[in-house]
Amino acid sequence: MDRYVNVPLSEKDAHSLKAGDYVYLTGTIYTARDAAHKRMQETLDRGEELPLKMENNVIYYMGPSPAREGRQIGSAGPTTASRMDKYAPRLLDLGLKGMIGKGKRSKEVADAIVRNGAVYFAAVGGAGALLSKSITSSEVIAYDDLGTEAIRRLTVNNFPVIVVIDAQGNNLYETATKKYCRE
Amino acid sequence: MRTVDVSVLTQNISEMCIEANHYLSEDMKTAFTEAQNREQAPLGRQILSQLQENMEIAEKDMIPICQDTGMAVVFLKVGQDVHFVGGNVEDAVNEGVRRGYVDGYLRKSVVRDPIYRENTRDNTPAIIHYSIIPGDRITVTVAPKGFGSENMSRVFMLKPADGIEGVKNAILTAVKDAGPNACPPMVVGVGIGGTFEKCALLAKEALTRPIDKHSEIPYVKELEEEMLEKINRTGIGPGGLGGTTTALAVNINTYATHIAGLPVAVNICCHVNRHAVREI
Ligand code: SF4
Repeated sequence: MDRYVNVPLSEKDAHSLKAGDYVYLTGTIYTARDAAHKRMQETLDRGEELPLKMENNVIYYMGPSPAREGRQIGSAGPTTASRMDKYAPRLLDLGLKGMIGKGKRSKEVADAIVRNGAVYFAAVGGAGALLSKSITSSEVIAYDDLGTEAIRRLTVNNFPVIVVIDAQGNNLYETATKKYCRE
Repeated sequence: MRTVDVSVLTQNISEMCIEANHYLSEDMKTAFTEAQNREQAPLGRQILSQLQENMEIAEKDMIPICQDTGMAVVFLKVGQDVHFVGGNVEDAVNEGVRRGYVDGYLRKSVVRDPIYRENTRDNTPAIIHYSIIPGDRITVTVAPKGFGSENMSRVFMLKPADGIEGVKNAILTAVKDAGPNACPPMVVGVGIGGTFEKCALLAKEALTRPIDKHSEIPYVKELEEEMLEKINRTGIGPGGLGGTTTALAVNINTYATHIAGLPVAVNICCHVNRHAVREI
C-alpha cells in the first residue's frame, strides 16, 4: 500500500505501517553511520547528552557524496544497516522510531523494534542520485570532523522507502524472498 | 621502447574515476532493460525502473550513481617496452585518484589505518594491481568498488574432492548470505583455482569483463549460465525485496592450481558495477 507519512514519526503512524508498505516520508530526519554511532555510544557510556534527541526521530544510515555548488547534497542512498546493529537497540530504547538503511537486521534489533513500536525502512540501495532529489536541505549538526560520516539534519519531501520490519515484527525480506523462491 | 610520462597516467586516471562513477557501461544498461522485461515481481519491476531512472539522473545532473563512490581499484597492464619517466608510477596513480575524487565531488571513503580509521580525505591510496604484458601499450582499468557488496565477498578453500558441485555451493552460499546487503541485482565475479590470493584477484578481474561476454572455456561458460539461473531462482530479487532478478551476470575466471587444492573466491558486486577502461 502507498502511504504518505510525516517525520518525526508519531506513535500512531509507526504502529500503522506494515511490512511491504511503500512510504513517502516528508519532514525532518537525521543521518548517522558507523563512526557517528560509535561516538553516540561513547557519549551515552559517559552519561552525557546525545547531539540529537532520539524520541520519535528517524535515522538514515547514509553518508553522502559532496554537494556540487548550488546544491544541497550529493548522491545520497542508504548504507548497509547491519553494521549499526550493535548500537541500534540502545537508541530504540531511547525512543528512536525509525531507521532507514538497506539489508538484514539482527534478532536483537528486530526485538527492539517490536518492543518500542518502531519501524525499519529500506531505501533502494544504489539509487543515490535519484534519492537525492527528495532531499531539500542538509545541514551538519554534529561531528563535522567525520566528513561524510557527520550527523546531518535533512529535510525530505516524499522520500521513498519501503517498510521491511514493522512494529509487529513482520519482515518483508523473509516473506518476499520466499514468495519468489523457485529452488 | 616507448617513453611515457607518468603525468599521462595521472590525467587519465582522474578522468576515469569521475567517468566510472557517473556512467555505467552499455552492457550494464542493456542488462537492466532486459531484466526489466523479465522481472516477475511488481515491486521488483518498480525498483529496476528506479535504478534506470537513477542512472539517467546521474548522467544528466552529474550526481554519482551511488554515494559510495568506492575504493579505487586500478589495474595497470603495462607493455614491457614502455619506459616511464617524470616520476614514480604509484604516486602518479594516487595523484590521479586524488584529483578525480576531490575535483569530481566523489565521496572520500578511505581510512589510513584499518584500526585507527582516520579518513585520508582524498580517497587515496588506491588498490593497484600491476601486470607486465608484451608490447608498448598500457591498459588502465579503474574500477571503484563499493563496500556494501565487497563486505559480502568470500574465499572458500575447497578440497579437490568437492569438485564442481562444491564450487556451485560456494557461489550460492555467498550470494544467499549477501542477499539484500549487496544491493541486488548483483554481478557475481568468481575466481576458481590458483592460490589463496590469486583466486581473489581472478574474481575481482572477472567483474571487469563485460557482462554480455562469456568465458571462452566451454564448461566455464556453461557454469556461468547455470549459476545465473540458479541465483535468479533464490527469490532475493531487486533490492532483496523479492523477485526473479537477483543477479545480472556471473563472470568466472579460472587458473591452474595445486594438486591438493580448489580455491574459490566469490567477489560480489552490486548493480553499480563500475569500470572505465582506456588504452594508452
Ligand atoms: S553495494 Fe554498491 S550500490 Fe550498494 S551502496 Fe555500496 S556501492 Fe552503492
